[in-house]
Amino acid sequence: MEGDIAQMGQFIGAGLAAIGSGAAAIGVGHVAGNFLAGALRNPSAAAGQTATLFIGIAFAEALGIFAFLVALLLMFAV
Amino acid sequence: MATESTNTQGKSGSGRVVFFVLIAIAAVLFVLGLVDEYTMDGPNIHPMDQFIVSPLFGDGPIRFYTPTNVTLWMALAVASVAALMVMGTGGRAVIPSRSQSMAELAYGFVRKMVEDVAGKDALPFFPYIFTLFLFILFANFLGLIPMSFTTTSHIAVTAILAAAVFLTVTLVGFIKNGAGFLSLFWVSSAPLALRPVLAVIEIISYFVRPVSHSIRLAGNLMAGHAVLKVFAGFAGAMGMAGIAPILGVVAIYGLEVLVSAIQAYVFTILTCVYLKDALHPHH
Repeated sequence: MEGDIAQMGQFIGAGLAAIGSGAAAIGVGHVAGNFLAGALRNPSAAAGQTATLFIGIAFAEALGIFAFLVALLLMFAV
Repeated sequence: MATESTNTQGKSGSGRVVFFVLIAIAAVLFVLGLVDEYTMDGPNIHPMDQFIVSPLFGDGPIRFYTPTNVTLWMALAVASVAALMVMGTGGRAVIPSRSQSMAELAYGFVRKMVEDVAGKDALPFFPYIFTLFLFILFANFLGLIPMSFTTTSHIAVTAILAAAVFLTVTLVGFIKNGAGFLSLFWVSSAPLALRPVLAVIEIISYFVRPVSHSIRLAGNLMAGHAVLKVFAGFAGAMGMAGIAPILGVVAIYGLEVLVSAIQAYVFTILTCVYLKDALHPHH
């Protein structure tokens, strides 16, 4: 990978990969928002489900992390 | 007991103030540390410079036995965990001291998590999971001290932790269930025609686990610390108007304290989930 155009492609690709992080943010917000909606309907059941909440958030976040990984690889490894 | 509870209630307000003042001081130190770099190295501040691994003594090549800033801060994390546990279990008072109640809280928290998520038969693995939790938590918190080094922001560190979890879980799965562990990939609740497709997806997701497990921790901490440095760089460059970025750093620093704790929690709870899959692979 040499030349200005290749570097430009690297930067554009990294920027596009950053969109994936935003998409993961939507997913995480969806999980947390739905948890809150359910928790307000039945607050007594909410405490037992926080572990599930964090597992859900972690799995939703994992896919955003792959986008972040692609950005990192483009910036530093390619 | 009654005086004890009123005492803590009276203190919690001032404790909160002290907490915020400490965070503000830490943020200002972040900026001051950067201003020092600024005058020495010119205006080229790179927010990723804080993650450079350098030897502690001299500047020779880094080999696997060279003491570096990473090993120093990892050793400090281990030392502080050991200090907390030794101090916490030294007294064994009925009414616990501060360090004892912190140690007991951490122990009870992780033990309940292992029991709830992975089940009672995962309790033999509790010491390992507790060690993981405390090490990651303390490494994260020590990384928040200004001018320190965040060991868990390096994928090399977290990848070893995640690989150890992955190997442990896979070995435990095969030792406990034999070839029955492979039924983890055969989703028996799905229609028969879909099962081979699902098996491929399950196998891929099984082998991607250590990747996401390690990069989640490293990525979150690295991104957070880079954002802190970027804001601190604004403060260094803006002179008197830098008070606004300093306030931003204070807020982000508070967020980073939260993220440090949550990421340690998430790493541990995912370990429990993987362990549960290994002990009970049947869907």
